[in-house]
Order: sequence, then C-alpha cells, then structure tokens
Amino acid sequence: MARIDLVDLAHSYGGNDAPRESFALKPVTMTWRQGGAYALLGPSGCGKTTLLNVISGIITPSRGKILFDGKDITLLSTQKRNIAQVFQFPVIYDTMTVGQNLAFPLKNRGVPKADIDRRVAEIGRLLDLEPYLNRKATRLTADAKQKISLGRGLVRNDVAAVLFDEPLTVIDPELKWQLRSKLKALHRELDLTMIYVTHDQTEALTFADTVVVMHDGRVVQSGTPAELFDKPAHTFVGYFIGSPGMNILPAEVRGREAKVGGHVIALNRSYDNLPAGAKIEIGVRPEFVEVVAPAPGLLTAKIERIDDLGRIRFARVRVGDAKLAARAPGSFTSADGSAGLKFDPSHVHVYADSLLVEGAA
Amino acid sequence: MDKTVNQKAWFLVLPVFLVVAFSAVLPLMTVVNYSMQDTFGNNQFFWNGVGWFKELLDPSTDLGGRFLASLGRNLFFSLAILAIEVPLGIVVALSMPREGWTVAACLVVLALPLLIPWNVVGTIWQIFGRPDIGLLGYVLNAMGFDYNYVSNDVDAWVTVIVMDVWHWTSLVALLCYAGLKSIPEAYYQAAQIDGASRWAVFKAIQLPKMNRVLLIAVLLRFMDSFMIYTEPFVVTGGGPGNSTTFVSIELVKIALGQFDLGKAAALSLVYNLIILIVCWIFYTVMTNAGVERKVQAESEPAVEPKPSAALKPVPALKPREGVA
Repeated sequence: MARIDLVDLAHSYGGNDAPRESFALKPVTMTWRQGGAYALLGPSGCGKTTLLNVISGIITPSRGKILFDGKDITLLSTQKRNIAQVFQFPVIYDTMTVGQNLAFPLKNRGVPKADIDRRVAEIGRLLDLEPYLNRKATRLTADAKQKISLGRGLVRNDVAAVLFDEPLTVIDPELKWQLRSKLKALHRELDLTMIYVTHDQTEALTFADTVVVMHDGRVVQSGTPAELFDKPAHTFVGYFIGSPGMNILPAEVRGREAKVGGHVIALNRSYDNLPAGAKIEIGVRPEFVEVVAPAPGLLTAKIERIDDLGRIRFARVRVGDAKLAARAPGSFTSADGSAGLKFDPSHVHVYADSLLVEGAA
Repeated sequence: MDKTVNQKAWFLVLPVFLVVAFSAVLPLMTVVNYSMQDTFGNNQFFWNGVGWFKELLDPSTDLGGRFLASLGRNLFFSLAILAIEVPLGIVVALSMPREGWTVAACLVVLALPLLIPWNVVGTIWQIFGRPDIGLLGYVLNAMGFDYNYVSNDVDAWVTVIVMDVWHWTSLVALLCYAGLKSIPEAYYQAAQIDGASRWAVFKAIQLPKMNRVLLIAVLLRFMDSFMIYTEPFVVTGGGPGNSTTFVSIELVKIALGQFDLGKAAALSLVYNLIILIVCWIFYTVMTNAGVERKVQAESEPAVEPKPSAALKPVPALKPREGVA
C-alpha cells in the first residue's frame, strides 16, 4: 500500500549524456495515489513500458527519483520494492503446479509453510483458480495463466502496486471482458494501486479512473476519461482518444473568432494573448460538428463518404486540403456531394504548438 | 481427388533403390552372411549357425570375454563423459554473454574444437600428453606427478576422457546456449519480482526450458561416445594392455588384425543392434514428450499459440556403419 511519486524522472537507453530528444522517457513529475486504478495509454514506442519498468525496478532511471510513500527507492532492487507485475505474455513456471507457482514468491522470501498454504488457498479462491491448484500450470489456457501471473503478485501481502504490461494481448476477445471485469473487481476488493499499460483506448477508458496519455516519451495528459474526451490537453490526445479522433485544423485565431480558410468560426471564449509565432490550430471532436445542407455563413465542405456505425453516422469531408469527420444526422443526404459544417462553439478548442490554450471568458 | 495413375513413375525412384541397395542393404546382408560362417582364408567358408553369437554373449569364451569387457569400458566411458560434459556445458552456456560482440567471439572459440577432425584431435593430445616432448605431460611430470598415459591405466583413461571433454563440451554448451536464448526476457524479470535466487531461477526457468535441447545433447553425445574409435586409437591404441580398448577398437582388431570375419561380423551386428535400441529408446522418449504436449493442446482449445517448441524430435539417427 503506497503512494508513488515520480520526481523529475527521466530515462535514456543511451545513458544520461544522450541528447535530450532521444530520451525514451522525458522528465516527468507526477503522483500515483494509493488505491487508484491508472491506465498508461499511448502508441507503441511512446515510453509507457519504460515508465512501467522504471517503477518496477527492472530499469534504473537515468535521472530523477521514485518515492514510495515518501521514501526514496530509486536504487532499490526489484525484489525489495513491493511491486507485482503482469507481463504481456503469461509467465508461468512450467514444471510447477498452479499452487506451487503461486507459492513461489513466498517460498523465495522464506515465509513459513503454513502461512504459504493459507495465502495460496486464499488467492486461489479470489482468482477462481481453486480447482486447478494441483494441476500443472502449463496445461492451462492463456487467461488462466495470466491469472496465475497476477496471483503471484497478489499472494504477497506487502504489495504496494500491481503493474500490468498489456496483459490482455494474448487473450481471446470474449475472455478479455471477463478478465478485465475481474481486475476491476479485485481493485475494488483489495484497495491496491494498479497501473495498466495499454495501447487500446477502450481497455484504458473502461479499466481506469485516471488515464495517463503518453506520446513520444512525454506524459501529455492525465485525467478522467471524460476530461480526456472533452478537453484534450494536447492535439495528440484529441487525435488518439475517440473514434474517429478529433479534427485538428490550422487556423488564425483572434479574440472570439477562428478563421479557417477564410471562413470565420465562432468561439465561446476569447483568445487575445496567444504566443506569437506559435502554430495555432483549432480542435473539435466529430461529435460536435454537424453536416447540414450548404447555407451562407457555414463552412463549405465536400463529402467523401459517410460511415454508418449503427447508432451514429460520420461523414468524412474535405475542406480545402484538410480532412474532417463530422456527425451526419439521420435525415441528412447530399445531392451534389457538398455540405455545410455547423460547429458547436462550446466544444471548439484552441491549440498553440499542440498545447491547449485556455481562453478568457 | 482424382490421381493420374502412371506406373512409369517407379523408374524415378529406381536410382535411389539401387544406391541404397549397393551402399546399405548388400553390405549389411554380407555382414549377416559372414556372421553365420567361419573361414580359414582361401575364400572357403563353413556354416556356423548362431555359434558366434552364442560365443559373443558368453563371458567364459575368448570372444565373449573381450566383447563384454570392451562393452563395459565403453559404457563407463560414455557415462563418464556425459557426467562431465553435460553439467560443464550447462555452466559454460550460463556464463556466456547474452549480447554484444563477445557473443560472436565466444561462439567462434567454442566452435573451434568441433571443427577439428577426429584423428587430428587424437594426434594433438597424443603429443600434448607425452612426458618427454608434450607440454601437458612434461609440465605434469615437472610438477612431480608421475603421469604417463602409455604405461599407466588411470593416466590413459584420464587423457582419453579429458580429450573427449575438450572436444565435445562445446556441442553441449552451444545447444544449451540456444535453449537459453529462447527464454523471453519477461521470465527473468518476473523471477526478479518474485524474489527468486540465482539457483531458483536456474531450477524454475532455465533448466525446464533447456530440457529438450539437453535430451538431444545427451543423445548425440551418448551415441558418439559409444561409437568412439579414432581418438583413443590414435592416443593410446587401446592400451596400456587392453585398458582403453573400446568395442570399435576390439572390432577392428578382430576383423582386420586377426581376419576373423565371422566373429567380427557377429560382433558388429550386436554392436549395431545395441546402438539402434538406445536410439529407439531416446526417440520414443522424445516423441512421447511431444505427443503429451499435443494432447494437452487439443483437449484445451483456447491455449495460447506456443512459441514453436524449442526443437522438433530428431528423425531416427542413423548410426555410423559398422566398421567391418
């Protein structure tokens, strides 16, 4: 049980003297609350696994500190940190039974046999592994194996946090749901800090109460799923979360107006002091742009196709060189392939050099 | 499926039939023929039935005594070199670097002894061990050990065993190294998190992942050492006395030294049979291990796609042709 603080933590596989831009993990300072369910979300190669391995102690960071409950554990070995980790591919000890697998971490720590048996029975029950305790672990299915990996972490009663490194990659889709609900249930029951690395936004958004989005070695935003959706702090978050992702358009912004290709879009807030020379863009989620019949005062777009997702339709449109997605109402049809775009001003965000700018009311 | 029937296709396999007949079947049948007869030269043969075989398996006769004694030596030799080479090979594999240019360097150094022809290895050690001009023999004697493989049984045995260890441990090490390399990094990381000691990592992860390559290593080394001829023959010539005379050396003595074709043929057939049986046992054990895994996979449809099993069971190994 612990709060985890990262203080100015950074890591480079090329050593501390490597150029700053080449760092796999750029300096980050953040706090993981005790008992929180976190998801580390980002595309492959964004540094999320590096961050996870730094926390678990498999990698010693090039600089910065990690604190568990305020105690510096940066240089402590993996064994001495109270961390459990579940890997992408199930790691089980082939020659042992399920019960022996679960007992392994305790045996290594010299726990008395009676205590081991009690803990193994307890965890076996918790993870629904009871019927298999005396069976060879190699014979089980992938999801059962992942449960064993998890169980080896949970069996220790000193575990501060459980780290998951894309644990559902090898699991069948229908079992993914089951296992994920199991994880959520365990999280509620055991009050453990869980950090879950994934590149799948559905997994991240359903599992976590705080999602940490990483991009190119940086933590670009950390917040609840709703925050990430409504107010992406970085154009990457907007683009990465949501399907289809946020529309990003280069624009000229002055006061309460944004100019896109000579056309003016109204904004809800006023942006008077944007940094000079920065790349200014506006971002708006497809859900808040509507295609309607062309009319004066609306941005005109060419419709390329309309995707019907069942409960909602999205039109793929083109404005000049820019491609956008927009909501198409059920009644909408276009005879000549052209349409007008209606923006919801309260959901149009302004970005300067990819970072969200808060306007004045 | 409709198949075109064309009996002319048999002509395509005819060359293979002929080659196999002349290279394997006919020589083997000749040996079987010899083993049933006695000869006093002059190409005169007399029917002897299973007489040679009876004699061969009866320790009270000259032939049986020599055969069984050399068989015993051979078994002892095989067990001795296995007992040394397997653990040593594992230790070497474990202490090899896992990445970087040193890997290539280690592999080259390890592969060197394997590339040297048998009789060259024998010659190297024959000279190396000589008390008068050999580096090893001279140094040992200078240090006060009375080492002489020509006159002392124990010295001869030690030389032959050390030579084999020098020659073949690399093979075991390379096989084990391949097995070790196939273990994903996550296993070591998980073990670290589980607080496993070095010994526990070896027992729980490395040894189980190596067991299939080890089985192959044991099979190869057993067969090869059981058929060994050249190296001990070059170094000790089977001596002093008969102390390092292995079955193959005995066989050559009988066949070419005494020209007892009948006895030699019977001996080589029995020798061959022993090797085949051991091969078969190993093969069965290995394929059974494979079958067991397959059954598991079928009974539980949702098993993960296994990263292809380390090595497929080797097809039945063909022993070297008998010397006769």
